Amino acid sequence: MGKVVINVDHLGVRFLMSSEKVDNLKEFVIKRINRQINYKQFWALKDVTFNVEQSDRVGILGLNGAGKSTLLKVIAGVMKPTEGIATTKGRIAPLLELGAGFDLQYTGAENIYLYGAVLGYSKEFIKDRFKEIVDFSELGDFINVPVKNYSSGMKSRLGFSIATIVEPDILILDEVFAVGDAKFRKKSEKKIKSMFKTGVTVLFVSHNIEQVKTICNKAILLEKGTLIAQGDVNEVCEIYENKINR
Amino acid sequence: MKQIIKNFNKYKFLLSELVVKEIKLKYRRSYLGILWTLLEPLLTMIVLSVVFGSFYGRSDKTFPIYVLTGRLLYAFFSNATKSAMKSIRTNGQMLKKVYVPKYIYPLASILSQYVTFLISLIVLVGVSIYLHIKPTIYLLEAIVPLLVLFVMVLGVGLILATLAVFFRDMEYLWGVILMMIMYCSAIFYDPERIIKTGHGWILQYNPLYSIILNFRNTVMDGLPLDMNALLYSIGFSVAALIIGMWMFYKKQDEFILNI
Repeated sequence: MGKVVINVDHLGVRFLMSSEKVDNLKEFVIKRINRQINYKQFWALKDVTFNVEQSDRVGILGLNGAGKSTLLKVIAGVMKPTEGIATTKGRIAPLLELGAGFDLQYTGAENIYLYGAVLGYSKEFIKDRFKEIVDFSELGDFINVPVKNYSSGMKSRLGFSIATIVEPDILILDEVFAVGDAKFRKKSEKKIKSMFKTGVTVLFVSHNIEQVKTICNKAILLEKGTLIAQGDVNEVCEIYENKINR
Repeated sequence: MKQIIKNFNKYKFLLSELVVKEIKLKYRRSYLGILWTLLEPLLTMIVLSVVFGSFYGRSDKTFPIYVLTGRLLYAFFSNATKSAMKSIRTNGQMLKKVYVPKYIYPLASILSQYVTFLISLIVLVGVSIYLHIKPTIYLLEAIVPLLVLFVMVLGVGLILATLAVFFRDMEYLWGVILMMIMYCSAIFYDPERIIKTGHGWILQYNPLYSIILNFRNTVMDGLPLDMNALLYSIGFSVAALIIGMWMFYKKQDEFILNI
């Protein structure tokens, strides 16, 4: 029905892993001379193909090491695929491990500008939304305190508030509801659901099947880097549950 | 190319935020704040002038300026290349999560060092007035070696930033090389002394010395730019920039796997 906003076509990501990690010049030179560097290939993703249409909410399921995070990194543009392509249309707001990009010496207020800049927003835009961000994060006067003195809940609240203040076209949620207290979690779930109405496309990673079912309408299932199921969220969740319980 | 410029425009605000951040944080926890930028070179100049001036019998009244110009330029070169080298790893967490053009980080750390460096030039103005050094028309040419220095640092910084991602011991190695460069740049001794011993080639082939020489010519000696030194430093800087950009561009997609 809708237009395709994420197109992943025969995507493959290969890692080269040397059997011993060589990360300094001294070892590199010695091992090069002795010809001791052997690279092992490892495909984190192999031949993954799927489309996401506008305002679809897609859950990405899979056990640890299935390639979920790698897939999100490729879609977010952080990592380049070894083969195949992943194209996206529109602005992407990644909500990956909230607050990881904060500068600890900086105050909350300064971090709003910094984090906003990292996400590619202009100064005027952030200035306009500044109050809204502070209000949503419920930080109050703590906004002028260096982030190093924040609790982890405060950090993730601030990160969430900055990343969702815009209306992105594609929202990437990677285990974001695992943090914050119950009250804020409810509030953020509500916020994300309100974003659905604006036609945002969502990629959602979670190990909590119930959550996936309430948020998503479609799902894909990854196993060891390959796509083994895609389609309606309930069907895919069933396959996934069968796999776990087996 | 058009794509690159468009992308750069989008992240201009990030670049300025990062530059401001580095300058702000550097001085946030000290009482004298940004004044340290001025005080630090001034104090080092006094120490070096006393040590090399009185012990080695350089009683020439412009000697403090001689030391100060050399030291200011060298300190910028050393600080900026070091921070550019570390920039990719320090911002690794961010690079792993959000797409940002990667060159923004080394560029921002070099720019912020350049800004502090330009501020610290105020000391030079102050000391020159104090020692009654008369500015000449050639002072205007001083901007040329300063621009060449920036290009050189950018090139060297990009090369180091790329290498440091793959080889962690680059930081130590570069520290040693920097020390060598310092002793080969005639910062606190008279170049004549080296030339007399027949090792003048050390200075001649040192691009940083070419820049220091031209800077001294224009700000304290009232001389025009030395064309040989200028061409050599420009050639070296442009070559370093091309190599640096090429290396960085080739390897940037692998950064994320190594940080």
